[in-house]
Amino acid sequence: MEKKLLKGARAIDPSQNMDAFIDILIVDGYIREIKPNLEISDAKVIDLTGLTVTPGLIDMHVHFRDPGYEYKEDIESGSMSAAAGGFTAVACMPNTNPPIDNSALVEYVKTKASKVGKVKVLPIGCVSKGQRGEEITEMGDMAKAGAVAFSDDGRPIANSSLMRKAMVYAAMFDKVIIDHCEDPSLFEGGQINEGRVSTLLGLAGIPRASEEIMVARDILLAREMQTPVHIAHISTKGAVELVRWAKQEGVRVTCEVAPHHLTLTEEAVMGYNTYAKVNPPLRTQEDIDALLEGLSDGTIDAIATDHAPHHVDEKDVEFDKAAFGMVGLETALGVILTKVVGKKGISLNTVIQKMTHGPAKVLGLDMGTLKAGNLADITVIDLEREWTVDKDKFFSKGRNTPFHGLKLKGKAVMTIVDGKIVYSEI
Amino acid sequence: MLSQKHLLGIENMQKSDIELILNTAESFKEILERDVKKVPTLRGKSIVTLFYEPSTRTRTSFELAGKYLSADTINFTSSASSVRKGESLKDTAKTLEMMGVDAVVIRHSSSGAASYLTRHISASVINAGDGTHEHPTQALLDMLTVKERKGTLSGLKVAIVGDILHSRVARSNIFGFTKMGSEVYVAGPSTLMPPNLETMGAKVANTIEDAVRNADVVIALRIQLERQQNGLFPTIREYAKFFGLNKDKLALAKPDALLLHPGPVNRGVELTSEIMDGPQSVINQQVKSGVAVRMAVLYHLIGGSR
Repeated sequence: MEKKLLKGARAIDPSQNMDAFIDILIVDGYIREIKPNLEISDAKVIDLTGLTVTPGLIDMHVHFRDPGYEYKEDIESGSMSAAAGGFTAVACMPNTNPPIDNSALVEYVKTKASKVGKVKVLPIGCVSKGQRGEEITEMGDMAKAGAVAFSDDGRPIANSSLMRKAMVYAAMFDKVIIDHCEDPSLFEGGQINEGRVSTLLGLAGIPRASEEIMVARDILLAREMQTPVHIAHISTKGAVELVRWAKQEGVRVTCEVAPHHLTLTEEAVMGYNTYAKVNPPLRTQEDIDALLEGLSDGTIDAIATDHAPHHVDEKDVEFDKAAFGMVGLETALGVILTKVVGKKGISLNTVIQKMTHGPAKVLGLDMGTLKAGNLADITVIDLEREWTVDKDKFFSKGRNTPFHGLKLKGKAVMTIVDGKIVYSEI
Repeated sequence: MLSQKHLLGIENMQKSDIELILNTAESFKEILERDVKKVPTLRGKSIVTLFYEPSTRTRTSFELAGKYLSADTINFTSSASSVRKGESLKDTAKTLEMMGVDAVVIRHSSSGAASYLTRHISASVINAGDGTHEHPTQALLDMLTVKERKGTLSGLKVAIVGDILHSRVARSNIFGFTKMGSEVYVAGPSTLMPPNLETMGAKVANTIEDAVRNADVVIALRIQLERQQNGLFPTIREYAKFFGLNKDKLALAKPDALLLHPGPVNRGVELTSEIMDGPQSVINQQVKSGVAVRMAVLYHLIGGSR
């Protein structure tokens, strides 16, 4: 029997409204006891005085590029990146090569992740075969193999009939469709948010309506079919308002927001900074304010990074040739603690909820909690730690971050998965 | 002395630098009148014109400008070079860097390409048109053409009409003329008007007529006919009827208003032949100003002690 005792930390667990100085006993990978002032004579004591423990962080939206684009990232480098960022579980988007559209590929992701043995890598399967947007995949078979949700992320589902079928089919297996909301006909070669900066730089603009039309469509389909739907990386004020309205109407819609959409505006692109090129694009302060409001009032269910590693050669090119996306796993927590907590009444406990129990609920996973009896997935955070983002020290293969050089306060210093320490700076 | 090493756009140029280039260009015009059009000013300097988009006028204008100042100019066109073999702009830049060129004149279909090039080369970079961003020497030559005839740019009403959305000429001219104290009005089909133009200093007119009324200067923009296929306007015929300039519309401007166009003109679309070849048109003079302005730009960027 292996026993670990986490002592002296402040434990924040929104799943049980807990915020107190409480010790945690881990036995054989499970949380056995969670009580103040535990004394266990035969346990290995880890002194966490001055630190904060939370349920292991969950990122429900990452791209590990494996199989097919391992030069950008692979399951090993991605897992290390996640662990270093304080994440104990990540859900991987299926836009790989080949795309994860059958159970054999779902098995591949799980097998490789367990060989790496760092964090829990939860595969998301494709909605349509080959992400072609034509026929739905074998979702039942993939769900059985371990797919936690379905998405054609990266490629919008333009066909509303396909979306409707996918939603009701996935619901049979208690799985949700995660939609990258984008109307391709409005997107049309767009590079950045349509507005002041696109006009100034002469870059093709992406209208907000490109996202909002699809958010509205998904909400109407979910209402009609009474099935759940999850909106990925929400970025506009209008989209927040649509989701808020839908939730009031009782529609089973959930949504996530990315740290960069909460903290950066289109101005970050000035000077043709390809590291700020991302889809959906960075918007304006008005949108940021609405997203913060949505996070504060519960309209937004989860914070997810949309971690999208690319090779330097895909970013060090002319702006319109550069790939969309930025890495996020190793900066997310620091950015959120530094730049989001305290805004619009958003508390530390709120953001921890959005990074733990929030995404777990969206995906229907028994995770994101410190309740006794659960597997010990735990993140240890030093809220006082000041550090500077250095892309060259990332575990991820991707160096594509707009946050390089940013000074942050708050960092994950230990990551525990199934009771095992997979990352530590202590 | 110019305060900048590169010429990437008018947006970030100081007014004093614009004035310096315009004044120098005026004095260089005299060289163009000579029998022997050659001064030794840039002897021993090398200039590469790197053109990723077809352009005869601008490239020829830059090459002649360089040659009149005795620089060695050579062109690196996409059809005859490694560009076609798929070499990246970054690698081309590094190659040119090792060859020791003093200035690179770049035209490229990507907005920001000129600024990108400066990150990979130590030579002076001159933007000869980057995507739908800027075309600074066109604005400088337009300003020179107007200044020579009006004596000043201050207090003028300038109308820019046509496809503002895709026009690098419009962007550079909005920045240039506003910096020099003109009032700039823009107008075009609503499908070809980008948002937030007022933050660039332009006033947005609802109709071509409103923009042109009482103008001292009317700049018509070239319309790429393939925009029609993209559904941005219904037919060439309707474009010409509502957004093209003719004698009646031009008559709304001041009687001594100047008519400019960056060329080449789609006759009968942006302009009727009647006004293009009429007394108010300074389209041919723009070409001459172009050589002089480019001589001035090259002189200030790579001549002297810089």
